[in-house]
Amino acid sequence: MNDKLYRVLLFAAALIMPIVCGGVVYALVTDAYEAFEHFGFFRFLTSSDWSYTEGAEQYGALPFITGTLMTTILALIFCIPFSLPVALFVGEYFKGTKIASVLSTVTDLLAGIPSIIYGLWGFYTLRPIIMSLNISEQGSGILTASLVLAIMIIPYAASLSAEFIKMVPGDLKEGAYSLGATRAEVIRRVVFPVAGSGIFSAYVLAIGRALGETMTVTMLIGNTNNIPNSITSTGNSMASIIANQFGEADDLRLSSLIAIGLILFLITAVINMMGKMMIKRARIA
Amino acid sequence: MKVKTKSRLAKNRLMLWGICALAALTAVPLLAILGEVFLRGYDQLTWSFFTEPTPTAYKAMKAIEAGLPIPGGIANGIIGTMIMLGMAVVVAVPTGILCGVYLAEHQKQRFAQGVSYLTDLLQGTPSVIIGIITYIWVVVPMQGYSAIAGSVALCIMMLPLIIRSTEETLKILPASLKEAGLALGGNKARVMLRVQLPAAFGGIFTGVLLAISRVIGETAPLMFTALGCSLIRFAVDKPISAVPLLIWEFFNDPNLQDLIWGASLFLLLFVLSLNLLAKYLANKWNQ
Repeated sequence: MNDKLYRVLLFAAALIMPIVCGGVVYALVTDAYEAFEHFGFFRFLTSSDWSYTEGAEQYGALPFITGTLMTTILALIFCIPFSLPVALFVGEYFKGTKIASVLSTVTDLLAGIPSIIYGLWGFYTLRPIIMSLNISEQGSGILTASLVLAIMIIPYAASLSAEFIKMVPGDLKEGAYSLGATRAEVIRRVVFPVAGSGIFSAYVLAIGRALGETMTVTMLIGNTNNIPNSITSTGNSMASIIANQFGEADDLRLSSLIAIGLILFLITAVINMMGKMMIKRARIA
Repeated sequence: MKVKTKSRLAKNRLMLWGICALAALTAVPLLAILGEVFLRGYDQLTWSFFTEPTPTAYKAMKAIEAGLPIPGGIANGIIGTMIMLGMAVVVAVPTGILCGVYLAEHQKQRFAQGVSYLTDLLQGTPSVIIGIITYIWVVVPMQGYSAIAGSVALCIMMLPLIIRSTEETLKILPASLKEAGLALGGNKARVMLRVQLPAAFGGIFTGVLLAISRVIGETAPLMFTALGCSLIRFAVDKPISAVPLLIWEFFNDPNLQDLIWGASLFLLLFVLSLNLLAKYLANKWNQ
């Protein structure tokens, strides 16, 4: 193969990415335009009506934006007490040992389970538990969805944080030990401050995962189109309203769902880019 | 002073045990999910489960009324998954490898850095949005749901994973490898094809396996593209089923609920063994 053909071929393959991403944005914007034009961009974001009575159709994204934010934040809160110990276990306490690689295999497998199976497990195992604890009557809702979501993002948060914890220079830690610090103190005073920005970026990326998770949330959140008033009430996230209604929607409703998709796309894009940029900075430092 | 030392040591020990306990707890959901799916699903995995298509809700209802096990299986889903995955792999693997080679060869260029950013962007895009996009791109112009649309969605999801793994593997190859090839008189294309890509094969192959295991369980992007179908079908321009789509269907249809666990067990075993295989191969090739 001559060099020129090789270069052209590579360049053509690389062009696919701008074409696909440009196409994604173009398609979302043009198809969401109808909804934004009809309701006004700002009103679409802040309206909480979602009714498809013909002639008086009203669509607004606020309940779903709220639902997404609530499930994501709760999932993050539930995930930290487990992902941080896993990261310390793999990256500091038992670094490089067999047991650490067993644990990281376990978290890898957790990451590999398809989201629909997480949904089934949440529905048939976790939901009855929530019901029998009298936390909520119907069992499904923001809380149930976030609990399962938390399990799903543990692997992402833990493996990346462990990577940064591993990178903390040994002489820093040894310096602290030689001054008489215990291991717990070394972790708090040396490891966390040094690896902190990297760990933080791992959680930002985990948030990016949780925002767009679809099937699990659809199966567990309860699917009601109002703004959830507590963490045990039912709701809908941006991804779950799309999964629920896209197949049956047309015209204005379809456009409104695509508009929600566009908002979700933009939010996850911003969060992911922030995370990636922070990782780059943390790696250099 | 002594009291303080004691409490510091106690804190240290408490932290160790706390971390061990909490880390061990993360294995609980994995075991619980595996256990539940296995216990409720293993007796459904008979031969006919893999060779027969999904029964209609009516047939299933009749069987339930008669106290018989539900007839039929998930053959339509397995074949649909294989067809869509096959088409997606055929397109995504060569394109992804070429794009990854481009990124590895032009690391310092503006355009390549831009492409790299876009790869991250696409990788982070929620799968349900990939579904919407494919609906707009393929389903609307073709005026119907089809296996082609489903495979386009899977292909878009696989691309960034393959690009990344190709790029990363090529980047960590020693530069002397490439230099030796060039010094022997090979041009860049030849050195890439004969020296660098074979040396990077392990990493790229692992990446492809992981990409497959990632998309094979995807449900949301297939709901608006492949739609699902209860017949065994080989046509690529018609709606087609997939294993995760069938699970979703069973979940929503009270008559078919008994089939959920067999289908889930099959999917879970498939995905997790692909994952373990990829991890094993990665370890082996790294040594």
